[in-house]
Amino acid sequence: MTRAVLAAPRPRIRAAVDPADPGPGTRAAKITFRGMGFSYPGRRALSGVTLDIPDKRVTAIIGPSGCGKSTLIKSINRIAEIGTEVKVEGEVRLDDQDLYGPGVDLVDLRRRVGMLFQKPNPFPKSIYENVAFGPRIHGTGGGAELEAIVERSLRQAALWDEVSERMRTPAMELSGGQQQRLCLARVLAVDPDVILMDEPCSALDPISTARIEELIEELRERYTVVIVTHNMQQAARVSDRTVFLLNGSLVEVGETETIFTNPTDRRTEDYITGRFG
Amino acid sequence: MEHTSRHYETELQELKETILFIGGTVEEMIASAMKALVERDSDLGRKVIESDRAVDAAEIEADHLCLSLLALRQPAASDLRFIATALKMVTDLERIGDLAVNIAKRALELNQEPPLKPYIDVPRMSSAVSAMVHKALDAFVGRNADQARTVLGADDEVDKLNVQLFRELLTYMIEEPKNVSRAMRITFIAKYLERIGDHATNIAQMVIFMCEGRDVRHPRLKRDGDP
Repeated sequence: MTRAVLAAPRPRIRAAVDPADPGPGTRAAKITFRGMGFSYPGRRALSGVTLDIPDKRVTAIIGPSGCGKSTLIKSINRIAEIGTEVKVEGEVRLDDQDLYGPGVDLVDLRRRVGMLFQKPNPFPKSIYENVAFGPRIHGTGGGAELEAIVERSLRQAALWDEVSERMRTPAMELSGGQQQRLCLARVLAVDPDVILMDEPCSALDPISTARIEELIEELRERYTVVIVTHNMQQAARVSDRTVFLLNGSLVEVGETETIFTNPTDRRTEDYITGRFG
Repeated sequence: MEHTSRHYETELQELKETILFIGGTVEEMIASAMKALVERDSDLGRKVIESDRAVDAAEIEADHLCLSLLALRQPAASDLRFIATALKMVTDLERIGDLAVNIAKRALELNQEPPLKPYIDVPRMSSAVSAMVHKALDAFVGRNADQARTVLGADDEVDKLNVQLFRELLTYMIEEPKNVSRAMRITFIAKYLERIGDHATNIAQMVIFMCEGRDVRHPRLKRDGDP
């Protein structure tokens, strides 16, 4: 063995990362929270959250039930406020836009920030219509252009091969895993920047879960992904950075490998080793 | 704080106890092998050779526990470092046991001939390396990185004694060819002790990793994340 080989840097766990990349911690932030607080009537969900979510990386949010994980991601596309009064303090920015400032176009925001939910929620329409719906209301004409978008989105969601022969079939006839990938295709069809996922695999079997995780791995090349999960092994598998929330406050944020091998905060340690939560 | 899962807690405890059993046994093996040599007690030497089987069985058990913990509990953070450390430590401890067996075998051979010289440096080396093994194990139990650090420099003295002893034995061999087989055997014993010191150093380094999550081996290599 030559000296040069001996001195070579240790291989990283995630080989797909470009070695020239300085690492997720040093990337430009896509979404920034500054002293953000969020309250529902009679209940405070988040306080003093300051956090940068890097561009084109997967950020996992973990923490025990009721710690504010869902509220945190739903504050990014502003669906946490639907059907209730909320009070928001501090700042949430997407790129440079203050998301709670005046004149925010919520329809456009929710196009730029797509979301997958715990249970797949396709529209009670055909497979094709599910994917075509978004581009159509956002102004894409019909015909070949729309068909191209539908095909591209289904391919990106790794569903095309399974459904290309039966585009007119009702989406509800697909399996749970296929429905979740259809929902992902529906998100991708409107060309978002950010994809939020709230426990996207909790209703899926292990194989469907592995497929979604595989897709997340591919999505990180083009999109900023934020995933909330109760499954800590999933957070460890799919994310570049992990955020640990507890009782509405941010306890620790860091590179996933560090968080899972050598966290700084005692509470993070206790949570990820299964000592509470 | 304890784990929410009591079974998990019990399994981790069981692993720790298995490691300590191996550690305690090999410490005793070193002491007995030395006694077998110095006091020319060949029965004791044979007991050392026999006790290696218990160490080997416990090694397999410890490996099995580590693998099942990794597979079934998906440990993280300090638990993960503890299990990774246990998995590596157990190999070093088992090797220490093998080296104690080697010492006992050489003692049995030496005991069949008249003593070449009074044993002075060999017991000194032995107590130095025993202390290293003991401290490394204590540091493991107490999760005490500072205590583990005290082991790291300690094998300098062992190395020094080894060189000194080798020179002395060389003069015996040059003086009288009949001395060669006995002097060689004592040289081997010194070498075995020196190797035990190296294994104790490995264990101490792993304990520091377990406590702090920092790899202190091979300081000349630059690593990811270094400034």
